Amino acid sequence: MAGLEHAVGEHPFFAGLDRQYSDLVSGCARNHRFDADEYLFHEGDAANEFFLIRHGKVALEITAPGRAPIIFATLGEGEVVGASWVVPPYKWMFDARALEVTRAIGINAECLRGKCEADHHLGYEMMKRFLPVFVKRLHATRLQILDVYGQS
Amino acid sequence: MGGAPLADPFVPAIYRVRSVRRELHDTVTLELSPTSGARPAFEPGQFNMLYAFGIGEVPISMSANARDDDVFVHTVRDVGAVSGAIARLEAGATVGLRGPFGSYWPVRAAEGADLIIVAGGLGLAPLRPAVREVLANRQRYGRVIILIGSRTPTDLLFRDEIEDWRRRFDVDIDITVDHADAGWRGNVGVVPALIARAAFDPQEAIALVCGPEVMMRFTVAALGDAGVTTDRIYLSMERNMKCAIGLCGHCQFGPTFVCKDGPVMRYDRIADFFTVKEL
Amino acid sequence: MAGAPGGRTYAVVARDNLQALIDALAGRGYQVLGPTVRDGAIVYDDVARLRDLPVGWTERQEAGRYHLQHRDDKALFGFAVGPQSWKRFLHPPVVSMWTARKGEDGGIAIDQSDDPPKYAFIGVRACELSAIAVQDKVFCEGPYPDVTYEVRRRDAFIVAVNCGEAGGTCFCVSMQTGPKAEAGFDLALTELLDGSRHDFLVAIGSDAGADILGAVPHRAATQVDRDAAEKIVARTASQMGRTLDTDGIKDLLLGNLNHPRWDEVADRCLTCANCTMVCPTCFCTTVEDHSDLAGTSAERVRKWDSCFTMDFSYIHGGSVRKAARSRYRQWMTHKLASWIDQFGTSGCVGCGRCITWCPVGIDITEEAAAIRAAPGAAKGKAHGRT
Repeated sequence: MAGLEHAVGEHPFFAGLDRQYSDLVSGCARNHRFDADEYLFHEGDAANEFFLIRHGKVALEITAPGRAPIIFATLGEGEVVGASWVVPPYKWMFDARALEVTRAIGINAECLRGKCEADHHLGYEMMKRFLPVFVKRLHATRLQILDVYGQS
Repeated sequence: MGGAPLADPFVPAIYRVRSVRRELHDTVTLELSPTSGARPAFEPGQFNMLYAFGIGEVPISMSANARDDDVFVHTVRDVGAVSGAIARLEAGATVGLRGPFGSYWPVRAAEGADLIIVAGGLGLAPLRPAVREVLANRQRYGRVIILIGSRTPTDLLFRDEIEDWRRRFDVDIDITVDHADAGWRGNVGVVPALIARAAFDPQEAIALVCGPEVMMRFTVAALGDAGVTTDRIYLSMERNMKCAIGLCGHCQFGPTFVCKDGPVMRYDRIADFFTVKEL
Repeated sequence: MAGAPGGRTYAVVARDNLQALIDALAGRGYQVLGPTVRDGAIVYDDVARLRDLPVGWTERQEAGRYHLQHRDDKALFGFAVGPQSWKRFLHPPVVSMWTARKGEDGGIAIDQSDDPPKYAFIGVRACELSAIAVQDKVFCEGPYPDVTYEVRRRDAFIVAVNCGEAGGTCFCVSMQTGPKAEAGFDLALTELLDGSRHDFLVAIGSDAGADILGAVPHRAATQVDRDAAEKIVARTASQMGRTLDTDGIKDLLLGNLNHPRWDEVADRCLTCANCTMVCPTCFCTTVEDHSDLAGTSAERVRKWDSCFTMDFSYIHGGSVRKAARSRYRQWMTHKLASWIDQFGTSGCVGCGRCITWCPVGIDITEEAAAIRAAPGAAKGKAHGRT
């Protein structure tokens, strides 16, 4: 597990996190490797685990009947895939597919939620890191909706 | 700047369409050669007023640099009566042309710096002459980073040329689209995110930005977050023009005339006005 | 054509002999234009006889109000300014720029012709001289001069008149453009009219002016004549209907682009564009391209335009200044602030026309004063700038 503690502690997403907390997080972590076109999760699945990308690229997709899936975001090295684990009912709202060979650290959501409940300091450290990610993504999504490059 | 200026800046010279290249379903690139005299010299970032006989004029930036041939190259998108008429011209047709007008990208002034070129959508067209100029003198610059945003992969302009740039070993290119089909293996997201990821020294960087105003606004914010000061960022502004020579008043943006104080403007000079709604 | 102040020569011309001035100018091929009464206003038109002038007329001007009134005397120039300015001659409302023909081979041939008359303006007020000087900077001193304006301007002969009384909305004193004509004229008249005399002190402003005066019966002016004229000008200066504090006005307006006053004036403004039409310095134009049905001949016509129209400023997708508030702000900040950056002077000469001819009586001096009284006021927020 020493390798995993190191990987968690070194991941840019957890930069600045106290050693004691990153060890707590590592206790919920495991390694993953996804091949190109392999899905990390599907829409509707229970959001059991979220992912810190160490290397590779993941596409977030939405499918609708009668048309091909649309990629609305791609995430890469250093970024976090998955926010629905924070918010009940803890179900994924889109598909996540690896575009190339992708190595990621999976963090068990139930495990981490439990530890955050037990230690609110850990909970706050997690929120401090996740909220800016959500805000930036929301902002980017708004820009995408504006269709600024479109005809009008 | 060289080249004889127009005899009367209100009267178009007559040019003939030498070739038409379709770029996208609604966008073409025209090569225009003069029917008499030489094509005037110009700088990347400048524009001409193109006249569709009996319909009207529209300002279009040059989309290839002065080194190329004795022609003006313009990439035109069909968005209205005049641009539509021009975009539908065939080889051999004639068109009126007044220019060159306007301020230009600081390609020479930026020598020695890291260059970050950020293009959104059709904004790549006015930047392409600058890119070609820079790459023709690559050794005079530090890092050269080109960031391109587009609606979807099929809307990417100058795709072949972008791939040529990508094949070089001395240029960093990153592209993102607003959304894509599942077959796209590139980035999906917004240009500011590309800036956050780009590797450059903000204190040595000069940024050239062109695209829809919303995109430029958020790009400037992202450049600022990355540490680039406002006097090192250049934008290409756009407004409707009737005369292109600072006399009709239409293109005013705050105290500036986009036709003669722009279209290329250093951001610190317009920062106060840029975020005022409906200015 | 321009006159230099100081060291001037003065003469006196009797009232009736002023006719000789008109005749001399007409005789030299000038189209002589001056004030005349028409349609209940004083407008500039051809004048041939002294009786064509608004003899014995004055006007009452207030915000949104203008009407003519009889005077007690028979002054020839006893009024201020009407809805028009001399810009309609120097910068005509409609100009054909060129015509073009398309040949069968697709070749285009362009034809230009401009044959303007030589104008003589009689009765140019000090504010109007300043307005002409302002437009000289706009049209003649940029990287591309406006040839239409230049040609008319170069040949124009200017007979200025010092105002004997201020109009109800005048503020040339605030803008330092009057009431005395200091420069930019060939001849400048001050009407001296009381029980004992009716004649004109004439200041010579140029060689051309001296030359024309040679054809008009006149005598040398005495100190008494000159003092009488100075007294009239001083009295006019004391009668200003408005004031405008121009101290730091550029930074004041450009630093308050989100001031709530803009919304307040927008509630009243009809965006009718009257102010831009009557303003002697507004210069914006548009071009229209016409062609015949066969598509073989085309014409480009230039026309006055106004920043108050919805399509004045647009990018594909729509108007940039959709709200009336934005368009009024554009006009006023351009006139009083941006103009200074663009051309080195204010765009306003204090003639008061925009106040008089606004159908709802919006007063540019009042708007400027309102912002100056409470700068930095923002709707519920602390910052005044953007």
